[in-house]
Amino acid sequence: MLALLNDSAASALEWSRLQFALTACYHWLFVPLTLGLAVVMGLMETAWYRTNDAFWKHAAQFWQKIFGINFAIGVATGIILEFEFGTNWSNYSWFVGDIFGAPLAIEGIVAFFMEATFIAVMFFGWNKVSRGTHLASTWLTGLGATLSAWWILVANSWMQHPVGTTFNPETVRNEMTDFFAVAFAPEAVTKFCHTVTSGWMTGGVFAVGVGCWFLLRGRNRRLALASVKVGSIVGIVAALLVMATGDKSGIDIARTQPMKLAAAEGLERGGQQAPFSIIPGIEVPGVLSILATHDLNGYVPGSQDIIDGYTDNRGVSHLPVAEMMERGRKARVALGNYHLAVKAGDEKAKSEAAAVLETEREYLGYGYLNSPEDLVPPTGLVYWSFRAMVGCGSLLLLVLALVAWFGRKGTLENKRWLLQAGLWSIPLVYIAGQAGWIVAEVGRQPWAIQDLLPVTAATSTLSAGAVQTTFFLFLILFTVMLVAEVRIMLRAIRQQPDFTH
Amino acid sequence: MITYSFLQQYWWFLVSLLGGLLVFLLFVQGANSMIFTLGRTEDERRLIVNATGRKWEFTFTTLVTFGGAFFAAFPLFYSTSFGGAYWVWMLILASFVVQAVSYEFQRKAGNVLGTTVYRRLLVFNGIAGPFLLGCAVATFFTGSAFVVEKGVMAGDAMMVPAISRWANAWHGLDALFCPWNLVLGIAVLFLSRVLGSLYLINSISDDILLPRLRRQVLADSVPFVICFVAFVANVLCSSGVGEGADGSLAVIPMKYWDNLLSMPLVALLLLVGVVMVLAGIGVTILRAGSRRGIWTAGTGTVLTVLALLLLAGLNGTSFYPSTVDTASSLTITNSCSSPFTLRVMAWVSLVIPFVLAYIFWAWHAINRKDLTRDELEGKGAEAEHQY
Repeated sequence: MLALLNDSAASALEWSRLQFALTACYHWLFVPLTLGLAVVMGLMETAWYRTNDAFWKHAAQFWQKIFGINFAIGVATGIILEFEFGTNWSNYSWFVGDIFGAPLAIEGIVAFFMEATFIAVMFFGWNKVSRGTHLASTWLTGLGATLSAWWILVANSWMQHPVGTTFNPETVRNEMTDFFAVAFAPEAVTKFCHTVTSGWMTGGVFAVGVGCWFLLRGRNRRLALASVKVGSIVGIVAALLVMATGDKSGIDIARTQPMKLAAAEGLERGGQQAPFSIIPGIEVPGVLSILATHDLNGYVPGSQDIIDGYTDNRGVSHLPVAEMMERGRKARVALGNYHLAVKAGDEKAKSEAAAVLETEREYLGYGYLNSPEDLVPPTGLVYWSFRAMVGCGSLLLLVLALVAWFGRKGTLENKRWLLQAGLWSIPLVYIAGQAGWIVAEVGRQPWAIQDLLPVTAATSTLSAGAVQTTFFLFLILFTVMLVAEVRIMLRAIRQQPDFTH
Repeated sequence: MITYSFLQQYWWFLVSLLGGLLVFLLFVQGANSMIFTLGRTEDERRLIVNATGRKWEFTFTTLVTFGGAFFAAFPLFYSTSFGGAYWVWMLILASFVVQAVSYEFQRKAGNVLGTTVYRRLLVFNGIAGPFLLGCAVATFFTGSAFVVEKGVMAGDAMMVPAISRWANAWHGLDALFCPWNLVLGIAVLFLSRVLGSLYLINSISDDILLPRLRRQVLADSVPFVICFVAFVANVLCSSGVGEGADGSLAVIPMKYWDNLLSMPLVALLLLVGVVMVLAGIGVTILRAGSRRGIWTAGTGTVLTVLALLLLAGLNGTSFYPSTVDTASSLTITNSCSSPFTLRVMAWVSLVIPFVLAYIFWAWHAINRKDLTRDELEGKGAEAEHQY
């Protein structure tokens, strides 16, 4: 970042990447809490609906207030992300818009309207609709947010592992051939479950943390214990699901994005019985092979193996990158010849070019790379982010389990160290979520779309200065909004009246 | 039966309809632009903010969906316009970003900037949002400076292979140099203010604000009608880019007037739309007891915008003409998605009536009782969520 600021020649591409990273990171500060608190407040309102105990209504309304403060800023950061595909990645928008636009539009039509409509009923309808309708609206708000996440993650997953598509030389773009392959790709299902359950975990940890803070201060005892109870159950269930889907995700990545896995492990040369690195210098033999292939003898390639060409665990051989780049260039030349032939009305030249494209088109994306080394993502960042994600996640599960255990025994309030740990879990869950996205997104560099389009060929033709200006505009806007949000939340929690009676 | 050409027109119709709904929903922005001029006391300002605060998400979501639908159906427009007219879109988005948080944060303790700043941000979005959206949509008729060359994806390996390029360094600010874009921007701004007043009249019950709102409707109608009539008259006399007999693109004199004559249904839509907008305004100004003008004028707005966008895109017209290279101009045939994608999305679009139905229900459920000063003071029933 600092190096980039000093480098006046830093390109619009780098600034566009930074701007996208900025908006995505900020967006992901707010979305997981929205997803998680939707479950927490939904459960509490359900408890009110079933028991008619006014306490549960107050508890649900307390969490709804926190939800509202967080929700608006999530929406605000989200709109920029959608439009950035057009503004900063315009070539991308044409090259894969035929596939990528659909989930975004479906998100708007099917999910976002559901969320936006029922959130209004949830906020303003306490005295205007029946209890049952209100409860349904609360859950539909959460469902809308979750469906919205579904379509966005379908789109993201497609970028990581493009399926159901074919290249059309006529229109110079990729076109969708199978909607269900895109919308219900196994990788998308895994990604959705992993991401949404990590959101539930965030909501659970947040509720536990706030409950612990109340208990440390010796106030709002009933609200605190209820929040700890609901939060720890949601959090533990979510954490276990996050682990299970994370395991599945590891298998997916080993198969579809081996370079990302190699970067996450800092693995230059792989092999069978590949070791898992805990931190540099401390390795557990064979564990990486088990994680990546569910087989101790499974072959896991390192970054240099991928560049040199290798045969994977299923016996499929992969060409050296230099050769794929060569064939990619051939595809580009054929694409040019195809268009010249169309213009000239030369059917023979056209079918010759089409024949070359037919065999070489899967390497077209490699034709935009400058050197095989471009294929290796920033290894240090991906390596440490992966460890931060797994480390924080495991620690959180431990804290949640202890909180739930002592909460059940009724001795939680005496364990101040555990209450402190519960409170300090809140930053950890955010670090885990951010680190997870860094692994996913930095780990797939240089690809905007895996194997199809590198970021260098995805960008708009803007000046670096223009993107730099909007980068700082959004940096300042989002940072002020974040500071305001945190302060408002802290005040709202501190000033929450005590309903213990 | 369901041909590629039908799907293209169907999706242009849906995008136009979303555009119409978006302009109608800009009543949120219009009303917010008057927070300080209409609301003279804190109570009055809170009435305005809380009335629009119950609807702002519809506008926001419609804007997002409008973008998403354009992306899915006409991706070449998405990449050409958003990537090219960078500044206009970024300013529009920034104004909606600050709007989204301003409602929730403005009266909360610890909000850093203070109530007044958040309200000023709502005013900023209330003015910049409709004005810039109007300017951007005007370029559908007046054109923009861009070149589309798909062959560059085959070009030299070292160059950034961008299919769409903007032909000047202004990147969208150039839209503000064309007077007719400004005229439509002003028209949309004042229309949103008219609709904002009509909406407030419909949803607030207050003896002091209501007469003031009626006067405001009149004051904003005048510049709106003048600018709108001038813009439409100019468009109908202007040349446009259209497909010739051989399918190639050329500048055609009186193109939009031709479109109006060859699509009588669209002409009828435009006429009915304009009459309904004027009727909604007229009834509200002339009849003291009338509070439902928003529905007449709102429906009229949707129909008018729909008709104008249909004029811009159907009948072989380029809906995004290039002023520097006619052949680069975007039509619904050369900028759309593949037949497969349009077909899939057409299936998805069948849920739209269902979505509209639950929006209508939710609107009705929340607006069953008028907003009053008493409600904001928490009198009567338990206090609701408030801004």
